[in-house]
Amino acid sequence: MANILSVRGVERRFDATLALQSTQLEVAENDFITILGPSGCGKSTLLRIVAGLDRQTAGEVLLDGRHIDGPGADRGMVFQSYTLFPWLTVLENVCFGLLERGLPREQQLHIAHGFLAKVGLKGFDKHYPKQLSGGMQQRTAIARALANDPRMLLMDEPFGALDHQTRELMQELLLGIWEEQRKTVLFVTHDIDEAIFMASRVVVMSARPGRIKLDREVTIPHPRHYAVKTSPEFTELKAELTEQVRVEVRAAQAAMG
Amino acid sequence: MSTPDLPLQAGRATAGGQAAAGATARRSAAWLGMKPLTPVAPARRVLLGVAFFVLFVAAWSAATFSGWVNPIFLADPLKMLRSGWTLLTEMGFAHDIGMTLWRVLGGFAIAALLAVPLGVMMGAYKPIEAFFEPFVSFARYLPASAFIPLLILWAGIGEAQKLSVIFIGSFFSLVLMISVTVGNTRRDLVEAAYTLGVSDRGLIRRVLIPGAAPEIAEQLRMVLGWAWTYVIVAELIGASSGIGHMITDSQALLATDQIIFGIIVIGLIGLVSDLLFKWVNRRLFPWAKL
Repeated sequence: MANILSVRGVERRFDATLALQSTQLEVAENDFITILGPSGCGKSTLLRIVAGLDRQTAGEVLLDGRHIDGPGADRGMVFQSYTLFPWLTVLENVCFGLLERGLPREQQLHIAHGFLAKVGLKGFDKHYPKQLSGGMQQRTAIARALANDPRMLLMDEPFGALDHQTRELMQELLLGIWEEQRKTVLFVTHDIDEAIFMASRVVVMSARPGRIKLDREVTIPHPRHYAVKTSPEFTELKAELTEQVRVEVRAAQAAMG
Repeated sequence: MSTPDLPLQAGRATAGGQAAAGATARRSAAWLGMKPLTPVAPARRVLLGVAFFVLFVAAWSAATFSGWVNPIFLADPLKMLRSGWTLLTEMGFAHDIGMTLWRVLGGFAIAALLAVPLGVMMGAYKPIEAFFEPFVSFARYLPASAFIPLLILWAGIGEAQKLSVIFIGSFFSLVLMISVTVGNTRRDLVEAAYTLGVSDRGLIRRVLIPGAAPEIAEQLRMVLGWAWTYVIVAELIGASSGIGHMITDSQALLATDQIIFGIIVIGLIGLVSDLLFKWVNRRLFPWAKL
């Protein structure tokens, strides 16, 4: 399978601080890659560089062999903060990118209703974002990103602001959609369970300056049921990753003084 | 009468043991049904609002009907109403009101039509902001009323002069407020729009403007209130019609009843236009109040 995304020797320097250094990542078509790391390790920075919302100070990022030059509809993004447009209804939010592309209204509605049904928000199309719970807002945001049919889906701790139970349901929902569509996903999180449960590959980043220090394939077969979280394979991987992340969190705290 | 209170007070004293002053303050607040930041029921809100008007008119009546204040300085409410009626029916005051109204709306409309696009462009594009902002900030502090003598020289005492005063008084502040509002658009919404493939023009049209619209509408509402002040000042100094003109004429006749009537008319129209504006804003931007 051809690589869809290549991150080569990427560095990001903010004035005196080196946030990211010599980062390498190859993402194959249909991969679901979760990026784990202590906070401030530059994992969000890496994602933002891929999204084109930030720019590396060295190295190159290629999407389908082309240099990334700013954000675009080919890389859909779901943010940790609630980024639905508050002046648009749920339906109009999902149609946002489709309208920008100039699709006929009927087609927009067809696609939007399809994705709203997929994320379980049928009947909520006339609601405004403020009338929805956090989980529902993030489901709409996922529908909005997917409706645009991007090459990749970038997710920056999308469930980070949700309570534990909602979070687990959202993981199952997203995984279900992925198992059906096999959209290539880059997913940043600091939740180890989440990282393993969702991923075909888990990548661990080191403390700042961040770089990728571990890359593990997750071979748990699909479709995955939430019960796999207690399987021996899962627990074993979790133990290893916990250890790896812990070392980095300690390093990060030591660096803070 | 006081016996049922006793056990209650005793209970409080033993439970809290606070200073007597604190207890009194708490009881008086409780008597008014107040607690900090607790909303008031709609019916009660209206009642309280009307109550102050009633008190105000009562105090005015007391001061004037009792002869405590010389009628030359302050007419009583009835005389004010009577002469208001005469003004409206016999002296063509309705025409004055109409003139003032159209000046306010005209000047305000011109200021808004120019300020909104300029403010949006300044908020969106930082070089444009850097170009205009220092001058606009300076011009904002130029007192519009001080321009009146100059404007009379340039534009006479016709309508152009009135519209110019209102324009100068409202345009610059409006531009600044709008540009700040647009510039403060949530960055994560902007980024989300970009990852959905929006162009720069689309960002302005589909994110910056709709996101800032409710706040801009509120600013327009506020500035319309200022426009009312400026028009009257302009009419006081040089005009042959309008509410301000009537007030100046009445001053020469020592007709405080007419002056007060004029002032109250301005206040009422201001209030009505403000309520209308609020109502329209709520209808236009239901999402902002959810």
